[in-house]
Amino acid sequence: MLDFELPEDLRVLQKTVREFAAAEVAPFCHAWNEEERFPHELIPKLGALGLLGMAIPERYGGAEMSLQAIALVVEELAAVDGSVAITVASHNGLASGHILLAGTEEQKMKYLPDLASGKKLGAWGLTEPGSGSDAAGARTRATRLDDGSWSLSGTKTFITQGSVGGTYVVLAVSTPEKKQHGITAFIVERGTPGFRAGKVLEKMGLHASDTAELILDDVRLADSQRLGQVDHGFIDTLKILDKGRVTIAAMALGLGYGAHEAARRYARERRQFGKSLAEFQAIQNMLADNATELDAARLLIRRAAWMYDQGQRITLAASMAKLYAAQAAMRACNRAVQIHGGYGYTREYPVERHMRDAKLCEIGEGTNEVQRMVICRQLLSRGELHVPHVLA
Amino acid sequence: MKILVTAKRIPDPGQKIKLKGNALDLSAANWQLNQFDEYAVEAALRLTEDGAAPATRQGAVTVASLGPADVQQQLRSALAMGADKAIRVEAKDEELDAVIVAKTLEKLVRRDQPDLVLMGKLAADNEGNDVGQRLAALLGWPQATFACSIQVVDGGKALLVGREVDNGVEIKKVRLPAVVTVDLRIIAPQAVKNGRTAANFAYPEGPRYASLKGIRAAKDKPIEALTLSGLGVSTALQVKTHGSELPPARQAGKKIASVHELVEKLRSEAKVL
Ligand SMILES: Cc1cc2nc3c(=O)[nH]c(=O)nc-3n(C[C@H](O)[C@H](O)[C@H](O)COP(=O)(O)OP(=O)(O)OC[C@H]3O[C@@H](n4cnc5c(N)ncnc54)[C@H](O)[C@@H]3O)c2cc1C
Repeated sequence: MLDFELPEDLRVLQKTVREFAAAEVAPFCHAWNEEERFPHELIPKLGALGLLGMAIPERYGGAEMSLQAIALVVEELAAVDGSVAITVASHNGLASGHILLAGTEEQKMKYLPDLASGKKLGAWGLTEPGSGSDAAGARTRATRLDDGSWSLSGTKTFITQGSVGGTYVVLAVSTPEKKQHGITAFIVERGTPGFRAGKVLEKMGLHASDTAELILDDVRLADSQRLGQVDHGFIDTLKILDKGRVTIAAMALGLGYGAHEAARRYARERRQFGKSLAEFQAIQNMLADNATELDAARLLIRRAAWMYDQGQRITLAASMAKLYAAQAAMRACNRAVQIHGGYGYTREYPVERHMRDAKLCEIGEGTNEVQRMVICRQLLSRGELHVPHVLA
Repeated sequence: MKILVTAKRIPDPGQKIKLKGNALDLSAANWQLNQFDEYAVEAALRLTEDGAAPATRQGAVTVASLGPADVQQQLRSALAMGADKAIRVEAKDEELDAVIVAKTLEKLVRRDQPDLVLMGKLAADNEGNDVGQRLAALLGWPQATFACSIQVVDGGKALLVGREVDNGVEIKKVRLPAVVTVDLRIIAPQAVKNGRTAANFAYPEGPRYASLKGIRAAKDKPIEALTLSGLGVSTALQVKTHGSELPPARQAGKKIASVHELVEKLRSEAKVL
């Protein structure tokens, strides 16, 4: 039987994260964003709750949760603050996700416990100044030295946790002529000679999330720092992004929902022409569209996460969820600002912050255009049109 | 120490009350654990663990509730916080009054023989504040209500319980086994002293969050399902609710132009000056 109810453990999880966000994030996040400050003081609390090792197995100190659970956590956090949501989503999904996927037992034992507790934050460097959507155009070079060790040189940019990270995964070109099949991943520890964060980027939104350049200048790494097989970095990356996209979709959903809820409350309280805004049909239409589109996004996310947890390939389902959720969130935030009128345009109310934060979801981990490319590549590569049992 | 904590689910007190005819309409209620019961769970966990090393717990905490199947979620939350097992006695809310609840708990206590029953001082829905007292009387156990602090003394044979009363804090010594009901301040950082946790150890204020690991572990913890008839409790209600009505709507306030006018109105209309 098709069942749309959250199971009991996920409802308990939802309640916990909602209470946590209300008590530990909501009272402070306006200030963090205004000060453009990364909230270091929140990290131990996130760690104690288990939110920094959600996908990591218990033997490495994690909570070993399903993707459904992770998406739910990110959604709840984003409803309050996008910056905390992207910190949690990227930390759980990218660097630690890559180590989990491709790491040796030694690498997992060495790095995952500190990532799970939050003693170290994870950062994952793929994007470069000259290569974003076209990740195969990366120029950061990994040169193998005679003794089997490596030298990495190049520049990465837009790296979440770039200046506050402790454990980095960096992708570099090991065999240039093989394009995307010539990229290898490496684990780089903070403080490795030749490796440092460059500029911390000033952004439209997500002001309490850290985004920075990484500079690699002849960074010497033993072969034991190589993550996965030589030239296999990009193939592993695609798997990580499939999963990551579900969490960015969940972040979009949370942001859209947070803005929508604020607008719903505001529409009931604010009076004009002797009536509450909620009595005007034009406002009702906006609320109805928001609720419907966000619900559709939620269903796409739940399905993609469910497929992942069933061990299915989710490339198509994840891109659909992210594309739709990101756009639905932008529309929802836009309408929420509109419903708030002039107040919505001020920084007194959180809806404008949600709107700025939500824009990232149309760009990060693959732009809307890239999601459409992924979706169509899947559609057109199928022999005949068919409706599979999971509808994707 | 073996502790039985009682837990009731109540409608979210922050939600607007709706009536259907002259009865409460709870069809859209968000159910949650009564906050004072959540404090009792937290106090029980503090009593059975070493605050600095919670993994080395001594003792066991059982959480019991009377209610419909949905109560399982609130019980699961308590298990996720760290309680060891739960008991649910099947009952609809309208089938219960304080006497039935107290007699049911009496049966559970006689069966399981805990050293301590910890309860919220009242349930924040009907604010009854009598189940704890009734239970102590039925068992013939000492009781301490409205506890704001608990300290284990006499090698675990007794408790010093602080009670906030009108003229200060009264300290009461109760021999175990006993019934203790807890008030708001029992979740202050140093309100519970179990004799093992370092005396200067301070907990974070408030009941703990269920961690993700706790939530995972709770999945495998037992929830025993019982019935009133199975426990041999008479189901004849002694308290009947004849109806509910909303308090009269508040009248709109008045806008006042000056301090002078305010003082005048406080004198002539409010008659407080
Ligand atoms: C806040 C933030 C955090 C980030 N965090 C990380 C991180 O932790 N790690 C990391 O590696 N990266 C990170 N990124 C980078 C992000 O993934 C890239 O910005 C994104 O993939 C787009 O790349 P680009 O910025 O180079 O844009 P471009 O690739 O230059 O794209 C510019 C525009 O052209 C469009 N376009 C490009 N190619 C095509 C095509 N073939 N067909 C149609 N349209 C096309 C794009 O959709 C876009 O609209 C982050 C970015 C931001 C803003």
